[in-house]
Amino acid sequence: MSSNNLYDFSKLTSSIHEWLLGMMSPNWVTFTELVLIGLLFLLFFALLGLFLVYLERKVCAIMQNRVGPNRVGKFGLFQTIADLIKLLIKELIPIRKSDAFLFNLAPFIVIIASLMAMAALPFAKGLQAIDFNIGVFYIMAVSSLGVVGILLAGWASNSKYSIIGAMRSGAQIVSYELSVGLSLMAIVVFSGSMQLSTIIESQANGWWIFKGHIPAFIAFVVFLIASTAEINRGPFDLAEAESELTAGFHTEYSGIKFAFFFLAEYINMFIVAALAATIFLGGWMPFHIGSWEGFNHIMDFIPPIVWFFLKTFFIIYLIMWFKWTFPRLRIDQLLTLEWKYLLPVSLVNIVFIAFLVLMGWHF
Amino acid sequence: MMNFELMNSISKYFSDMFSGLLSLWAGMRVTGKYFISPRAIVTQQYPENRATLKMEERFKGEIIMPHDENNLHACTGCGICEMNCPNGSIEIITDRIPNAEGKPERVIDKHIYHLSMCTFCGLCVKTCPSDALAFGQKFEHAVFDRNNLTKVLNQPGSKIRKEIKK
Repeated sequence: MSSNNLYDFSKLTSSIHEWLLGMMSPNWVTFTELVLIGLLFLLFFALLGLFLVYLERKVCAIMQNRVGPNRVGKFGLFQTIADLIKLLIKELIPIRKSDAFLFNLAPFIVIIASLMAMAALPFAKGLQAIDFNIGVFYIMAVSSLGVVGILLAGWASNSKYSIIGAMRSGAQIVSYELSVGLSLMAIVVFSGSMQLSTIIESQANGWWIFKGHIPAFIAFVVFLIASTAEINRGPFDLAEAESELTAGFHTEYSGIKFAFFFLAEYINMFIVAALAATIFLGGWMPFHIGSWEGFNHIMDFIPPIVWFFLKTFFIIYLIMWFKWTFPRLRIDQLLTLEWKYLLPVSLVNIVFIAFLVLMGWHF
Repeated sequence: MMNFELMNSISKYFSDMFSGLLSLWAGMRVTGKYFISPRAIVTQQYPENRATLKMEERFKGEIIMPHDENNLHACTGCGICEMNCPNGSIEIITDRIPNAEGKPERVIDKHIYHLSMCTFCGLCVKTCPSDALAFGQKFEHAVFDRNNLTKVLNQPGSKIRKEIKK
C-alpha cells in the first residue's frame, strides 16, 4: 500500500498548518484556515455547478438523440458560463405582498445547507474539511435543512404555485429522509462506525456493495431511489413540475436568487452521489480484485481523488439516467412508493443486516 | 380461506415490486442504448446545413401562387380565400376586362398576402376552387421592415390559364 501514501494529502495539509502556525497565533490560524477552506469550497461549488448543468444538458441531449449545447465554445463548453453571466445581470424582481425578509433569506438557507454538507465529504485520503465521528449523521442532518429554505421560499413568495410546490417538496423530503437514513444505517451496521474516514478504511479489502452481499445491494438501490427523491430530481420532481406548477417553489425568483436555487439543486445531486460513492463504493479507495496483485498495483497508481470523482460521476450519471428515462410520479404514487415499498424493504433489510453482522457472515 | 387471500396479497406485493423494477429496467435500456450509440442523432444543425437543407412537401412555409412557364396562374379572383381567411391576411383586388366576345370579365389585379398576419392554417389553400394557391417551403422570413411582409402573389403581367372555369 505504498502508493496510497504517495497520494496522501494529510502531509500537505499539515505542512500548510505548520507554516501558518509559524506566522501567527493559533486562533488566527484557525480563522485563516476557515476562510481558506471556505473560499476553496465556494470556488469548487461554482465550478462544479457550472459543469454539472452542462453535463446534464449533454447527457439528456444524447439520450434523446439530440446534439445538445454546441454553440458557445467547442462542444458548447462555455454555454453554462454564458447562462451564468445572463443570470447575474438579470433584474431581481421584488414581489408585491411577499414577505421580503423570508423571500431573500430562503435561497441562502438552501445553499448554506448544501455547502455545510459538502464540508464532511472525504475527497481523498487526508483531503476532508472536517472528519466528524458522526459524519453520516451530520450529512443527513444538514442536508435535510434545505427543506426549510424550500418551505420558506414557497411561503414567502405569496404565490399558489410556490406554496403547492413547497408543500409537495416538504412531504417528499420528510418521508424519503427515512429510507435514506435506513439505507445508510445498513452500511453503518456493517462497518460499525459513523465516521466517514473509518467507513472508507473498512472498504480497503472490498467495497461494501460487494462485501455486504445482497442486503448491501438492496440498501444501495433504496438509497439511490430515495436520495433522487430527496434532491427533488426527476422522476420525483413534482415539487417543480413545470407542466403544473411553472417552476414550483422558485417560480417567483429571478436572477441570482434563482441561480442559487438552481446551483443548490445540482450541488445536492453531487453530495448525494458523493455520499453513495463513499458509503457503498469505497470512496477514494481504488478498485481491487481479490488476489490479482499486478492489477491491484496498477489501480493503486490512479490517485484517490480520481477514483472519488470517477465513482461520484458514475452515480451522477445514474441519477441523470433516471431523470431522462422515467415519467414523473403523482404525489399519491410518490408517497405510496415510500411508505408501502421502500420503507418496509429497508426496515426488513436492516434487521437482516444486523443478523448477518451478528453471525459474522460478511467478509 | 383468509390465509389464502393473505398469501395471495403478499405474493402480489412482491410480484408488483419485481415487475415494476423490470419495467423500469426496460425503459432504462432504451435510453441507455441511445446514450452509447451517439450516431443515432436525429436533429439537424440548421445554419450549417443550409446549403443541403430540403424541406418536406407538407411543410407550411408561406402561401404562394404557382405560375407555369408561360407566366399563367389559376386564380379567377373569386375571393373565396379572402372570405375564408380567419385573420384577414388576404386581400384581392379585381378588375373587369372585356374578353374576346366583348363581354366584361373578372380578372385579378393584385392578390395581396400579409405574411405578418398569417397563421398558416391552410384554409385558403384548402378552399380554393381552382387550386391556385399552395404552400411554399421557404421559411426564412425575417426582414427589417414589416412592409416587406406584404406580398403580391400574382406575378406582374401574369394571366389566368384558359382552361380554368370561371
